[in-house]
Order: sequence, then C-alpha cells, then structure tokens
Amino acid sequence: MYEDLASGSRARRTLTGAAHLLFALQLDGPLVAGLALIAAFGLVVLYSASGQSVATVVRTALRLLLGTVALVLLARVNPNFLRRATPWLYVAGCVLLLIVAAIGHVGMGAQRWLNLGLFRFQPSELMKLAVPMTCAWYLHDRPLPPSWRSLAMLTVLILMPVGLVAIQPDLGTAALIAVAGILVIVLAGLRVRVMVALVVLGALAAWFGWSFMHDYQKKRVLTFLDPQTDPLGAGYHIIQSQIAIGSGGVFGKGWMNGSQAQLEFLPERSTDFIFAVVGEEFGLLGLLLLLLLYLFVAGRALYLATQTQDTFARLLAGSLALTFFVYVIINAGMVTGLLPVVGVPLPLVSYGGSSVVTLLAGFGILMALYSRRKLIGS
Amino acid sequence: MPAVRIKDQWREQRLFDQRSLVCAAIMGLGVLGLIVRLFVLQVARHEYYSDLSQGNRVRNEPIPAARGLILDRNGEVIAGNQPAYQLEMVPEEVPDLEDTLARLVQLELVRSEDVGELERTVESSRSFDSVPIRLRMSDEDVARFAVRRFEFQGLDIKTRQTRWYPNGELAVHALGYVGAISEQDLKHIDRAAYAGTALIGKLGVESAFERELHGTNGYREVLVNALGRSVERQGAFVPNLRTRSPAAGDDLLLAIDLKVQRTAEAALAGHRGAVVALDPNNGDVLALVSLPGFDPTLFGRGITATEFGALQADIDRPLFNRALRGTYPPGSTVKPVIALAALTYHVVDPQAHRYCAGAFHLPHSAHVFREYHNEHHGSVDLDDAIARSCDVYFYGLADVLGVDRISAFMAPFGFGKAAGIDIGGEKPGILPSREWKAKMFSRPADQVWFPGETVNFGIGQGYLNVTPLQLAHYASIIATRGKIWKPRLVAAYRDPRTGQIHQVPPQSDGQVTGVAPEDWQRVVHGMIGVTTRGTAAAIGYRAPYTFGGKTGTAQVFTVGQNEKYNASKISERLRDHSWFIAFAPADEPRIALAVLQENGGAGASAAAPIARKVLDAYLLGADGKLKPPQLMKPPQLMEPRR
Repeated sequence: MYEDLASGSRARRTLTGAAHLLFALQLDGPLVAGLALIAAFGLVVLYSASGQSVATVVRTALRLLLGTVALVLLARVNPNFLRRATPWLYVAGCVLLLIVAAIGHVGMGAQRWLNLGLFRFQPSELMKLAVPMTCAWYLHDRPLPPSWRSLAMLTVLILMPVGLVAIQPDLGTAALIAVAGILVIVLAGLRVRVMVALVVLGALAAWFGWSFMHDYQKKRVLTFLDPQTDPLGAGYHIIQSQIAIGSGGVFGKGWMNGSQAQLEFLPERSTDFIFAVVGEEFGLLGLLLLLLLYLFVAGRALYLATQTQDTFARLLAGSLALTFFVYVIINAGMVTGLLPVVGVPLPLVSYGGSSVVTLLAGFGILMALYSRRKLIGS
Repeated sequence: MPAVRIKDQWREQRLFDQRSLVCAAIMGLGVLGLIVRLFVLQVARHEYYSDLSQGNRVRNEPIPAARGLILDRNGEVIAGNQPAYQLEMVPEEVPDLEDTLARLVQLELVRSEDVGELERTVESSRSFDSVPIRLRMSDEDVARFAVRRFEFQGLDIKTRQTRWYPNGELAVHALGYVGAISEQDLKHIDRAAYAGTALIGKLGVESAFERELHGTNGYREVLVNALGRSVERQGAFVPNLRTRSPAAGDDLLLAIDLKVQRTAEAALAGHRGAVVALDPNNGDVLALVSLPGFDPTLFGRGITATEFGALQADIDRPLFNRALRGTYPPGSTVKPVIALAALTYHVVDPQAHRYCAGAFHLPHSAHVFREYHNEHHGSVDLDDAIARSCDVYFYGLADVLGVDRISAFMAPFGFGKAAGIDIGGEKPGILPSREWKAKMFSRPADQVWFPGETVNFGIGQGYLNVTPLQLAHYASIIATRGKIWKPRLVAAYRDPRTGQIHQVPPQSDGQVTGVAPEDWQRVVHGMIGVTTRGTAAAIGYRAPYTFGGKTGTAQVFTVGQNEKYNASKISERLRDHSWFIAFAPADEPRIALAVLQENGGAGASAAAPIARKVLDAYLLGADGKLKPPQLMKPPQLMEPRR
C-alpha cells in the first residue's frame, strides 16, 4: 500500500495518489466514488431539467461543494466527541424548531425556514441527523434489545421534533425524521411482535391523524389512491410524471429532448420530480443505472455500518445508510405512482434546499464512525 | 429488584447484522418493485404513454383554405378574398394597458366607451395570446397607427382573409354573402373540416355552393408547452412537425353577365323590384336583380348589431330577395299563356273579332269586370288582344276555358312550382285550381270556386301569384316555343389545384307538349305586337331587333266597383306593381326576362323601359347593332386573380 509512487503507469499513479488522499482524509473510496457518480449524473440531468439553466447547475454544484466540505470535515471528527455532543445538538435543534414555529419565514405556504441573513436554514434538516444520533446515543450504553422503558423514552425523543416539523407543516420531512429514528430502534433489535403491534397502532393513529390533516395533505393521499379523479389538480403531477417516464421507453428520448420536461408539462421537474426527467430522457436504462448507483451506495454504507465496533456507531451508521435508501424508494415510488406524493427529494439529484448538505454531512459522520473504529476503545 | 441486564457486545453485533441483512433484503425488494413498475411504464405501456406525451406537446393549428372565387361569365371577379386589417395586442408585451388604451382613444382607434370592455377582455385572455383590439381598420386607420407604431409596444396590425365583393351590392341577392358560422350552420357542416374557417356562405351562390367554395383546410403541427403557448424548441431540439397545406376551394363561373346585371340594377335603381334575365336556350341566369340590396361585405367583416338592425327594420326590406321569394299577381303577363290555352283547346278563332266596350259581365251577374283605365279597345282579334292587352277579350277566353283547363294548361309553364334554380330558396307561388281552393280554405263557403274568379284568372289577377324568376322562366319557355330549362347561376367550376374545368351541363326540365307550332307563332306574333304597336310600342321604338313582350299590372289595391284607379290619389305603396316580360330576338331568342317594379304603376310605363335597357345591354355590340350570334361568348374562365 505504501509502494513507491514513482513506479507504475500514470493512471496507476493517479489511482494510488487518490487512494492515499482518501486514506489521509479518512474517507471510504467506494462510497465516495458512488456518491460522486450520482452527483455528477445529477448535475447532467439537472442541466436539462432546469431548462439549460447554468445558474441552477452552478448553484447546485456549490451546494455539493459545501456538502463535500461538511463530509470531509465530519469524517475527521472523533466519534466519541460526536456522541458526547449529540444531546446538545438535539436540544439546539429543538430550540431552533421552536423559533421557526414562532417567527420562521413562510415559504411555499409552510413555515420552514430560518433566515440567517446570508442564507436560509431549515432546522428540520438538522433534525434528520440529530434524531438518529440521539436515538443511537440513548441506546449506546443500554442493553439491547431495548427495554419498554427505553422505547417509551425514545418515542418521546423522536416525537418531539417530528411533531414540531409536522406542524410547520412539512409532513414529508417529519416522516423522514421519524423513519431515521425508528430505523435506529429497529436495528437495535426491536422485537418483531412489538413492531407488529406498532404497525397496528400506527394504522389507528393514521386514521386518527386524518382528521387533523390539512386539506392539501388529505388531497395528496386521496389523489394517490386515484390520480384520475383530479387530472388537472392534485393528480396532474402523478399523471404527467407517469407519461414522462412511460414515453421515455427503454432508451429515452435523449438528453434535453424530453418533451414532458422541456415543455413544462412535468411539474417540479428539477426538484421532486427529477426522477421522471431521467426516465424520459435516459429511459429505463438510465433509471436502472441510477438505481444501481443508489443501491451500491446504500449497500456500501450498510456494510460499513456492520464493520463499526460500538453500539452508537453501528446504530447511527446503519440508520444513515437505510434512511438514504428510504429517500430513494419514497421519491421513486412517488414519481412512478406507487406511493403518495410527499415532498421528498431524490438524494443528490433533486435541485434545491439544504438537503444535499445534510445528506453529505450524514455520509461524513458515517465515514468518521467507520474509519475510527479501531480507535474506539472502551 | 429487577435483574440488571448486562450489555452483550457480541450478541448485539449479531443482532445488528441480522437486522441489517433483513433491511438490505427489504431494500432489494423495494428496488425490485420499482423495476417492475418501470418495466410496466416504459416497456409494456410505452406506446400508450408515448401517444399521451405526443398529444401533450403537439397542437394542430388549422390553416384555412382560400375560398373559391366567384366570377361572372366573362371572368370578372364578383367575389374574391382580401386581407382585412385588425389591431391586435399581446397582453404580456404591453407595459401599461390603461395608458396604452388611453392613447389609442386619443388616436381615435378605440372608442372611449369600449375601453372598459377591452380591459376585461385583455385581462381574461392568456397573456401570450393575441387579442383583437380593433377590427375592420380602414386604410386611413392603418396609416394613422403605422406612424405611431413605435409608441405602442405589444400592439401590431394583423391581416386576415375576408370575403371581398369588389362590386359592393351588385348581384348580392344572387351571390348571397359570407358571415360568421352560426349554431344553425354547425348542424350542417363537418366541424372538423371547418376548424380554422371563420366564415361560411349564407344565401345565394355562397351558400348553395359552399361545399365547392370552401376547399379543404390544412393544418400545421405546433409545439406547445404546458401553458398552451406555442414554442419554437423543445429543450435543445427543434422537433419534426408535420404540415398539410390547405387546398383552395373551387372557383365558380357564373352564367351572370355583369354588364347586363349592372344595366338592370342601374335601370331599376331607386325603386323596389326585381329583374331576372335568362338565356332561354340553356337556363343561364344572365342577370338576377332584387332591389334594394345590401353590402355583403358587412357580414364578412362582422356586421354590428346596429347595422343589422337597420337592415332588418328598413321598410324597403333590402334583405328580402324579391326575385326568388317575392310573390305577386302576374297581371296581364299571363295573357300569352291564356291565349295559347284557348288556341290549344280550340275555344277561340284567332281571326274572329270581339268588341271591347271596356267592361265585361258574366251572365246573370251584375258584377262589372273593368278594363284597365276603363279603356275601350273596340273590335279586337287575338293578336290585337295580346298586343293591346284587352282585358275584356281575355275575360271571355277565361270564362269559356274554365278554371280546370287554365290551371292544367299553365302548370307546365312553371306556375305554382319552383323553377328549380341551382341556388334554391325559391317560393313556388300559387297556381290556383278548384282543388287548391278546397284545400286552402277551411270554411266550406270559401272552398267553392266561383266563375268570377276564373274571369279574373284570365288577366292574371286574383289568387294567381308568381315570383319574378317564375315569370322570366315562363317568358323563356314561350321564347323557345316550349323548351324548359332549369335556371342556373353556376355554369362551370374550376379545381384550382389541377386547373381542371368542370362544365355544369344545362338541366332540361322537359317540354311543353301539345301546342301546335302555328299557335306558338300566333302568340309570339301578338307579343311582338306589344312592342311594335301595342302597349309597349314606345319602348320597342327603333330597336335593332324584333322582340316579344308583354306588359302586366298587378293590383295591390282593389278599386271599388264604381271608382276609377287614380295613381296620384292613392299612396305610393298601394299603387299597382308594374310587370314586363320579354324575349329577344323574337325569332331566335337569346334572352328572356321579367321585370317587376313594385308600385311602379302600369307595366308599360315603369317596367318595360327597364327591360329594353337590359335587352340592349345583352344583345347590342359597341356599335349599337345586334351582335352576331357567333360573337356571343359562352361562359369562360379567365386566369383567376387571387
């Protein structure tokens, strides 16, 4: 591994140099490669989906850069420090959510933003990381599978931020935060009968929650059940995205040549529905390639999680890996009409928001947990 | 105290690995589900979604076909197409709508009372769709706007094709006009074929030959975005879009001779009435006049409610086609056919003289049938009776013939039924008979035919009612000694694509049978007498051809038994209608006509001079002499000017 850099071909030297760099930065090569490929593909798609907007691509590239910086920095952080900082992060996140609820900036009909002058910040994004971290932190020195007491405590820890995000209202993010927390508990060994019982309870809660939903939220659910009922209203998104994907066929219509996307029939084509643009312009092959990349990244991340050596690292890394893939499944499922339309972006490809930074920061944490595994003594 | 559980790192690791494996498997299943879904969308139902996406992005924009031209028999354009100018606004390009409209008011291009309505229209339109602000701009309007154009961002003058009638009102009742497609029209047409067509023929040739004139609209595929805005490119690409060129409608060549038409309209100008001139040899309509007329261009450009109201309210009824739909008693113009009937049934000796003392009595009746103007014709034979229009002589003939024979004999001459002109819309008039009267009246006392009614029948008064077209048709049957042609306005049409000319063959409608040639000759001779020594001798004076004619005076106002008809005493609109029928040259007729002047008084004084002018216009060359027959041109197509 430490052979002479001067030997071998130029390509080999480059590769070796890259490997050294990654090692020095405590980054996982395959994972970084997978993420980079997805991000690159995403930029190519985004250029087309935004109507050849260079500005959009540059802005996204800058966010990716910011995310990469976060990734590299977090990868160097000592997991023990991370674990100790977790409760403070959680409290800070909750306080910020309370502030948003009180004075936050109303964007897109929902109160989600905190205007920090230079840029707007969504505390709910922070919670996507803080909640699984908190759950892992809580379970770290407790025997697993978790006891009923622990479960009750974890429920409170999860529901507090989830509730605050849900009232913004941002049901999609709230659900994802909850999923990240729940995944920690599941990986911690939650008993199967408890899971079944919770699913039943969840169904009851859903029925109960229905009466508290906003009209647009109800409409989304109803439209999911039958998009044709409202072809020009709420069902329009799903119908148009299915037309886009279906008309793409196996090979696609070609880059920047998707009529659904380019002529604006496809709504939110560069954000939540960008998966349909890939399907229209790059066809089934493009989508399979993209799904394969996601599967690789998630699989690699999960593998790294299994290689960590303490409970906090394992649970957090596992949750981050799975949450990433849940995003992909929910977004792709929604765009193809398998799942209801919830505002979940396609990781690393959808335009906008601080989600790219959060996501890459998450992978940074994951790599920190993995690379420092030998240093964690107890 | 509950047992304290100790953290078992090895067991926890195993549990985690198990759970990770299960989660990975679930992930895999999720991806599998997605792939199945993608396969359904992109492979199995690809064609379906392809069609939907194609339907989304492409809109068919119709390209209207140019309407066929209408030409007279010498190739002169009667109806063509002309661009009309209108001011249109693209709302999104207008910086300040209120200010723009205010400045248009200053330029007198928009009326201040229309501003509110225009604002509403503009605001309810899609911001990229062109909205018409002002229709029917005159050349002056266009010029006024053109010099200020730079001050009006988002406004422009657009042209669209409208129907153009270069001669204005000329022959409007033969031509008809084009107007906006109405609900009623939509029931008769194929909506798809008319997508993009704004105007449709109404009445006359424009309506009757709509199918030929309309042509086939083309279309152009236009790339549209989700808002319906047409766009040039789809992303980075310009897609292949199809276009089908429109096929212009057929050009119609009318039998009408505009020179004759103009002469007739000029001669009748200022009066209400009709002139119909036919070529007795094939039914060609040489002129079809109904006055007053109206400007057909009004309808094509979009007639205003005020304009239309004025036309409808006009007491002279300019929209009413008198030539085809006006029914009047024919008066003495029926005398030739009564004479023919009497000769054919051998109830009269043409040489025998009868004495006319100005009045006729039926036996056992005190009712006096008067001579027109209480004239006394003295001793008259058949020839004289026609030439001088002796009512007493024909009262007698009618009485002897009886209603049944008169009615039966007149029917083949076209009385009581439409002549069958190719533009339709005719009234059949009334040919009375016993059966007709029995059917017509509900009271039994009215259903009986009275002998006195037969007497009136003999001079064309009473129930008998004809249209000017019917009388011209009748004159042409006499002119050709019994040949019947259906009158036709359209002589040929030309396919503008192939240049192929389709002649419309003359439509024979049979022949009057059973009349001896010498009897035809006797009646024709009597009619020549009308124009040489009889009632219309004044108008036949120094004509370079001999022609047969017959005056007629149709009573509008019944004169009391002991009163005299005095035109100056009764109101203008109650005066008699003036008729004249004629054909020329008498021995080899090329034209037959009927002239009606409503409330014109006696036929000889009002209608006959008009008839002479029309005959001259058709028959005489520039030198004032009768044109040789070989110089009479059949209808022909000139190079069309589009």
